[in-house]
Amino acid sequence: MKLRVDPDKCQGHARCYGLAPEIFDVDDYGQASVIVDEVPPELEEKARLAVANCPEYAIEIVAE
Amino acid sequence: MTHTAPVRDWATDFDVMDPDYLRDPFSIWDQLRSACPIPHTDRRKSSWMPLRYEDVTAIAHDVVHFSSAKVGVIPADEDADPVELEGPNLEYGLPPISSDPPLHTWTRRLLLPWFSHKRVESYVPLTRELCRRLLDGFAGAGRADAAGDYAQQIPVRVIAHILGVSSDLSDTFTGWVRDVLEFADDTERRRHGTEGLLNYFVSELEQRRANPGDDLLSALLTADVDGEHVDDGIVLGMAALVLIAGVDTTWSAIGSSLWHLATHPEDRKRLAAEPELMPTAIEELLRAYSPVTMAREVTEDIVYAGCPMRAGDKVLMNFPAANRDPEAFDHPEEVRLDRAHNRHIAFGSGIHRCAGSNLARMELQVALEEWLARVPDFSLAQGEEITWAGGQVRGPRVLPVVFG
Repeated sequence: MKLRVDPDKCQGHARCYGLAPEIFDVDDYGQASVIVDEVPPELEEKARLAVANCPEYAIEIVAE
Repeated sequence: MTHTAPVRDWATDFDVMDPDYLRDPFSIWDQLRSACPIPHTDRRKSSWMPLRYEDVTAIAHDVVHFSSAKVGVIPADEDADPVELEGPNLEYGLPPISSDPPLHTWTRRLLLPWFSHKRVESYVPLTRELCRRLLDGFAGAGRADAAGDYAQQIPVRVIAHILGVSSDLSDTFTGWVRDVLEFADDTERRRHGTEGLLNYFVSELEQRRANPGDDLLSALLTADVDGEHVDDGIVLGMAALVLIAGVDTTWSAIGSSLWHLATHPEDRKRLAAEPELMPTAIEELLRAYSPVTMAREVTEDIVYAGCPMRAGDKVLMNFPAANRDPEAFDHPEEVRLDRAHNRHIAFGSGIHRCAGSNLARMELQVALEEWLARVPDFSLAQGEEITWAGGQVRGPRVLPVVFG
């Protein structure tokens, strides 16, 4: 699984970081980013939770 | 200037300061949502109040038609009822919350690093210590006012630390903030709170100018934005904002969460037994008891979802109601501490997402963890009155509970 955060949609709610700090980071200005090239299978459920909890619909699954 | 006439029709004459609304806004939203999801009122000022998640987020993202220049829910018409201040004034408002781009953009960037998740992590020990000290003060008494003795005491002290001002004045800060947010219908109280805040910060900023420290006020004074210092009036507005926005809001969330746990023993026991559930539970409590409603001002005549909005009208961004919209949440009326899908907008939506959301979330979590560790079993004190504030910020102001 590969993920992408749309920087134009992300507003820094940081829900993704709260749910899956192994997958996401958020910088000092609230911009979230994906810190892994490929989401390890054991973290895929967490990744889906992050997608489902983003209030700005900013996280996309770009490859399953 | 208070309006207490009974509301006869919530669709055309709503009043967010109505006693029924303060006590139980939820059933009023539920009735309106299907019949009239964007009610209107001419009380105070022509104002619209979107209740559906879809409408609130759409309007929050349209910063061209919906300005943040006047975010106060009450008074709704600042122009007709201005507070005449002797001395310092808020000529720039409270940036970035009461500003639109471009002022919003660069003032927000100055604040955000102080509330990043890494920085907020560094505030955990002092928050935890503070909660423990407060609990030490009343745990042996077997009862407390969970709002006044506990919730109210926490965020103001953490914010004072971040600003670099003395927490000895915490009660005074709280009084000023309540005057501005909760009693803004009362011109005298609004003036008292605004003057108190501004005069205090003018003096504190003078001291920092001479002796800068490692604090937010000093950082604002020495900030370099494209080679220039930040205007004194903007620094004053930002300082006032951090205090105003950082006190009533989080205190209300902590208080409402304790009210929920006092009235739902199954949730209280579950949270005490499953501490790993806490982060998810925090988001659910924020959803179900979102404290904050912010206003927008319509910039030009526009028909939105059939509503003929006029330039200058207010739009009350009802984030709390949006978070209880059944189109956006499965059984929103139920508090499910393990709710897995929860795109709540308690901290707003779009470019004005609460700059302090990481801090608020941390304070709420630490406050509940420490309370439950010391007082795992508590309930409402029978026969004693609970009072709620509402309008701009909803939460309990007096919450008597007994332990055991």
